[in-house]
This record gives sequence, structure tokens and C-alpha cells, in this order.
Amino acid sequence: MSEEVRRGDGSSHSAPYSFGGEWTPTAIEMERRASRKRTVRKNALVAALSSIFVLGTISSIVVTSPGWKVLSATFFDWSYGFSILPKVLAGFFESNVILTLIASVSVAVIGLTLALIRTSRSPALTPFRILATIYVDMFRGIPMLLIILLVGFGVPALQLKGVTNNVFILGIIAVIITYSAYVAEVIRSGILTVHPSQRAAARSLGLSNFQTLRYVVLPQALRRVTPPLLNDLVALIKDTGLVSILGVTDAIRAAQIEASRTFNYTPYVMAACVFLLVTIPLTRFTDRTLRRSIERQNAQGQA
Amino acid sequence: MSIPVLEVVEVRKAFGSELVLEDISITVPEHTATVLIGASGSGKSTLLRCINLLELVDDGTIKLDGQEITSVATNSDDVRRKLGMVFQSFNLFPHMKVLDNIILAPMRVHKMSREEATEKALELLKRFGLSEKADQYPDRLSGGQQQRVAIIRSLAVEPRLLLLDEVTSALDPVLVNEVLSTVRDLKDHGMTMVLATHEMGFAKQVADEVCFLEKGRILEWGSPEKMLENPTNPRTKDFLQRVHEAGRL
Repeated sequence: MSEEVRRGDGSSHSAPYSFGGEWTPTAIEMERRASRKRTVRKNALVAALSSIFVLGTISSIVVTSPGWKVLSATFFDWSYGFSILPKVLAGFFESNVILTLIASVSVAVIGLTLALIRTSRSPALTPFRILATIYVDMFRGIPMLLIILLVGFGVPALQLKGVTNNVFILGIIAVIITYSAYVAEVIRSGILTVHPSQRAAARSLGLSNFQTLRYVVLPQALRRVTPPLLNDLVALIKDTGLVSILGVTDAIRAAQIEASRTFNYTPYVMAACVFLLVTIPLTRFTDRTLRRSIERQNAQGQA
Repeated sequence: MSIPVLEVVEVRKAFGSELVLEDISITVPEHTATVLIGASGSGKSTLLRCINLLELVDDGTIKLDGQEITSVATNSDDVRRKLGMVFQSFNLFPHMKVLDNIILAPMRVHKMSREEATEKALELLKRFGLSEKADQYPDRLSGGQQQRVAIIRSLAVEPRLLLLDEVTSALDPVLVNEVLSTVRDLKDHGMTMVLATHEMGFAKQVADEVCFLEKGRILEWGSPEKMLENPTNPRTKDFLQRVHEAGRL
């Protein structure tokens, strides 16, 4: 049974019919409602039974399989896991979270700047437009791990004076370099989807090119790309884990240190759980934002 | 004789190899309305967009209050400040409330204070019976209301000349009238206008001069009585005949 039918049925219970004043549904309508109610009950029962059957079968196969004991001792040793959880959490908050905060703000600023340069038509900005295009093409095409290695190990090898050797800072820079290219493209696509007639309307009111961008084009563009940008934020949080390759003690590195000491892999699972704790709510939030923006666009289409 | 508000002299415009305007000349004195009629693709919209400098002419000149605006030295922002334009598709800014749509240009372009701009905007909304819509987003309004807001938005900067590009073409017949009576009201208050329209009855009411365009040329022009009732050019006759038949269907 489709969602619409159930929704329709739900509203007929919650909202009293206000039109027509005093009104009792006819026998036909009462029968329809009763029938829909029966269908809803039946659907719920079927969903519950099939879930119990399928999920129950899968978990009983897993748990009764010969390797389960070893598997659970190696990966799901919870008492051990919780004993090292503070170390993983410390790594997570001191590295991954801080890295995400600093990187996301910088990426937003740099990405927006790159997008504006690439969409501008000013002849004076031509060289910057070329540079921005090369930048975006390059750093979108190179795996981030490579950038991290190049910046994290390559820059200290130059032995430049006044340039930091701090791997944490170099790691952040590598992340910012890569994600700015991604975000620039997302924002640029948003700017391009704003209909030219909006620009024409703004210009015909006498707004300058910059004012048109600032008050008319960008607000609409950014609203449209909020869901994909939130997606990139989730990806960024996960990818901050890559800087562990430089020796930054983040959640992953902390787990790795523990795991290599005991040859038990529960710390990795704990690290995974810590990431999920942040990323799942954020993904749900992203889904909801996306759904709302689609609804809003549909509403506009109907108007 | 005072200087006309708008003077278009032998304007030519091509998109690629397609000639869309050829030797177009029109003169619009102050407080008059010139109506452009003609089939879709005859060049009406392009002419309006050229006057607004949204398109650059390929030859000829356009003068606003006696000053050439097609010269390369012209600052197009300065010109557009004196012009209002209303589009077929309304083009309200969907992320702004009705009031913010209206006060944007007065505040940002004409450096009016928010209070002053708001006061003026509310006055205009009241005058056109849209007061209660000030705090709504455009997509909550009917098409006719949106178009009236778009007209108010272009009026808020007190333009010398208002350009109306088929402002009723996207509306259903019931909503057409509310927009047309708004335009009539402006005309009665002395607004100088150039309109492209398919509403012949309306053209007869507001026009001081009617120009018939076909394939980028003005084939015939004159008073609305002459143009709409006694056209001499067979092409004009043919066009009016077709509009008339379409109206009866």
C-alpha cells in the first residue's frame, strides 16, 4: 500500500472536517475509512513479521557460525573496548573535531572565493579565473591521501625557515586544500542554477553586478546547495581521519596504537562507533534538509 | 516641444545570423504610452531589453531624456536607475518577502534609509490593495498578485519610463484584469510607458500610439483607433484577424 493512502487516512483521523459545517460522513465514506484502517493494521503486521523473520534468521546464522566466538572476541570485546574508549575519544575531540571545525570554516571561505572567481566575467579577473580552474581541476582529481603525504612530509623536507613542521597544522592545510576544490564546485553549480531572469530582474532595477550577486544570486544559490554541502561536511569529518597517516594522534591513530599493542581489533570498532555517533545524526539532518528543499522547490513550481 | 522621454532611432539587433530588429524608430513623449503589438518572435521583447541595456544594440541610437544611452561611455547602472522593467515571468526574488523585494533597489541603489523605503513601499502596496501581502513570500501569492508586486517593485525607484514586457501572458484570464487595471491606473497618473502586449482591448484603452512589429520591423504605426480598427497594412489586418479569432476560440 502506498504512502499516500496511509497519509490520507491519517489526516482523516486527526483533522476534523471543517467545511460544510455540521456533516456526518455517508455510509460509503465510513466504509472506506474502516477499510483503510484495516489495511494499515494488516500492513503493520506484515512489516513486523517479515522484519523479525529476516533479521532473526541473519543474526542466528551469524551467531551460531563456527567463527563467531573468535570474531566477537577479536572485534567486539566490549569490556576492553570501553577501557580504551577515553583514549579514542581524546583523539577524536583533540584532533578530528578541532580539525573539522578549523577546516570547515576555512574551506567555506576559500571555496566560496574560488566559486565567485570562476563564475565572474570581469576581464581583470581572467588570470585568477584560469588559476582557479587549474586549482579545482587538480585538487579534485588527486586522492586526498596523496595531498596529505605531499604536504605533511614534503613541506618539512624543504626545511624552509618560518614554515611549520607541525604535522597537525600541515594535515589541516592538506585537508583544506582538497576540500576547498570540492566545495568550490558545489557552490559554483549552485550559482549557475539560479535562472538568468533573476539576474536580469536585479540588473533592471539598477543593482550593480556585485549587488546582484550579493543580494539576489548568492542567497538563492547557497540555499540550493546546502544539502550537498552538508554531505561534504560528513565526508570531511570522516576524512580528517586520514591525517593519522602523518602521526597525528586522532581517534584512528589512538585505536591503531592500542590494537597493535594487544592484537585485538575492538579499538578500531570503538573508533568507528565514535565517528558514527557524529555522522549518523548529521546524515539524518542532511536528508531532512534535502527533503525540505525539494518540497520548497516543488511549492515554488506550483505557484 | 519638449524633449521626448524615449527616442529610438534606426536600431538594429541580430542574434548570430538572425536579424531580430531592423531599423526600429519610435518616439515616446512624456506621459504617453506606446504599445508594441505583433506575433511572438517579432522582436517586441528584444526591443524592450535593448532599451533597458540588457541587450546591446548592433546599430542605431537610443536616447533617454535626450541623452544617448547606447554610447560606449554610458554607465548602464545609471541608465537602469531611471527605468523600470516588468517581465512576463514576474521574476520576483523568491528568497525575499514581498516588502524586501520592493525596498531592495531603493535601499541599495538609491541609498534610501530602510524606514523611508519601507514607508514608501507600504504606501504603494496599500494603493494597489496588497497591504496584507507585505510579509509573505512571493510563492504564497497568486500570479496576478505576484505581477502587481513586480510592478510595484519597479515603481518604487520612481522610474522616468516603465517597460512592460507581456505582463499578462503568464496569467489566467481571471487574473489578467487585476494587472491591467493596475497598469491603467499608472497611465492615468501620467507614467510614461512602453508595453508589449497581446491584449488588444487593453491596448486600445491605454495606448497613445500603437506599433505593429513583424520579423523585427515596424510595419505600421499610429493611433490605437486607426491601428486596431482601420489598419491599412494587410499584414496588420491579418495579425489582428488572427488575434481576434484566437480570442473567440
